[in-house]
Amino acid sequence: MTNEIASTAPQGTPAPEPPDRIMTLLAYADDNMVLAQRLGELISNAPELEIDIALGNITLDHLGVARALYTHAANTEGEGRTEDDLAMFRTERDYTNLLLVEQPSGDFAHTMVRQLFFDAYQMELWKDLSVSIDPTLGGIAAKAFKEATYHMRFSSGWVLRLGDGTEESHRRTQDGVDALWQYTSEMFEGEAGKYRSAWTTAMETAFVEANLEFPSDPYQRTGGRGGFHTEHLGFLLSEMQWMQRSYPGLVW
Amino acid sequence: MVVMSPEEQFQAIIDAEDKIEPPDWMPDGYRKTLIRQIAQHAHSEVIGMQPEANWITRAPTLYRKAILIAKVQDEAGHGLYLYSAAETLGVKRDEMQELLHQGKHKYSSIFNYPTLSWADMGTIGWLVDGAAITNQVMLTRGSYGPYARAMVRICKEESFHQRQGYEVLIRLCQGSPEQKAMAQDSINRWWWPALMMFGPHDSDSTHTEQSMKWKIKRVTNDDLRQQFVDMTVRQADYLGLELPDPDLRWNEERGHYDFGDIDWEEFWHVVKGNGPMNRERVAHKVKAWKDGAWVREAATAHAKKREARSAA
Repeated sequence: MTNEIASTAPQGTPAPEPPDRIMTLLAYADDNMVLAQRLGELISNAPELEIDIALGNITLDHLGVARALYTHAANTEGEGRTEDDLAMFRTERDYTNLLLVEQPSGDFAHTMVRQLFFDAYQMELWKDLSVSIDPTLGGIAAKAFKEATYHMRFSSGWVLRLGDGTEESHRRTQDGVDALWQYTSEMFEGEAGKYRSAWTTAMETAFVEANLEFPSDPYQRTGGRGGFHTEHLGFLLSEMQWMQRSYPGLVW
Repeated sequence: MVVMSPEEQFQAIIDAEDKIEPPDWMPDGYRKTLIRQIAQHAHSEVIGMQPEANWITRAPTLYRKAILIAKVQDEAGHGLYLYSAAETLGVKRDEMQELLHQGKHKYSSIFNYPTLSWADMGTIGWLVDGAAITNQVMLTRGSYGPYARAMVRICKEESFHQRQGYEVLIRLCQGSPEQKAMAQDSINRWWWPALMMFGPHDSDSTHTEQSMKWKIKRVTNDDLRQQFVDMTVRQADYLGLELPDPDLRWNEERGHYDFGDIDWEEFWHVVKGNGPMNRERVAHKVKAWKDGAWVREAATAHAKKREARSAA
């Protein structure tokens, strides 16, 4: 299915630094920060009031994880930086989130497919890290694992409803899968390769139930972990960082 | 023994400060008034999500962003309780929403003003939620059980919203001159619309008299407005902000603050749909609803298929 990774960052892009502890924490924090920002754009736009409430919860969970990880990274670094310094004063090239989470939300099917892809990965990641030798990270991971389980229930439930529902919803969901599939291999680069088989099994289950097909195009895009992003991230950060950059050094 | 008519029994329950419950007999006018009022309240919560959601992606810190998301989410929750309370009177949420979309149901006019700076997130909490609470505390003692009970929880959450809004403003007012100016500009824009939230003068209010008798409403518009002004002036002083009313002064004799005349022309203009954001707010809501139609259809279709499969 997806054993071949067809593309990577272009020639001349420096290889990402070997992952040290802080870099790793920042990468995980960035994933959750950027997805929270994407989901935050949707509030008041959901198909039903109940979905608005659920998406609000999920947004808050991702934001909570990002904040905990930024704070932990800042404390580990020990240079007096705060969660806001790390979120608001790092550029597009400094952010090391996965490309998947910065993709625009698109329609509700796209949003749910993106969420499903990410949730299934996060479940494996947090389960693994909940027994980390770093007790703070272990604590954050244990809480995040519980949340990811709820998120996965929501996203897989919706992918099932939409995939199985009507012709239109099926088409939109398959479109979402086809569009976002290219950003999935990136989740399993390096050490994260160990999460791949459980993730693939979860996708097989979800896809069978929802009558969805795995895309045949093997093309995979990557670069997020090295700060080589799609063009979407710059706009997302411009909006998010605007206040701090316009009025630096103030307390809000 | 005196046999009471249903109408008399109904009024006796109300006079005894008991609650009317969904299966009880009630006059058509009571039912209609409540549906109108609860639906309007629910719509206000839901439309009220928009001006604040407008700042979620731009909140200055992650802490403020988290609070703002939680607050907007609370409003969606209030909308849900209130639609549910209205449904106990025999009307469906979808019907109420449809009337909102068609412009036949109103929502609080305050949400027809735009949020133009971060300070507006503070001002909405402080003044708009503050005015809402002033009005809503009496609703917890209203005669219709499901509405009064829903309001108890809503008031608790609103009170938290008000404090967080005030805290946003405290930060700004203790901050740089730029931040303080941002806060003052915000108060200048929201003060009069906040006073308008209490509705027309008692003498011009069509619903007040009957609603007071039925204990749907327990304090008149002008009394609530006065209560709000008295409370707010001191809070503005503490912030060091000036309320934009040259006629505002303490009246020893009345034991209340006197304040200037509301621009009723503006009030009616906005009520009638011609405020700065009326069209955008409704259009946003209608678009979200239309864009979501295929999702709702899919959920229904899936549920039917599942039912058919499990029956087979």
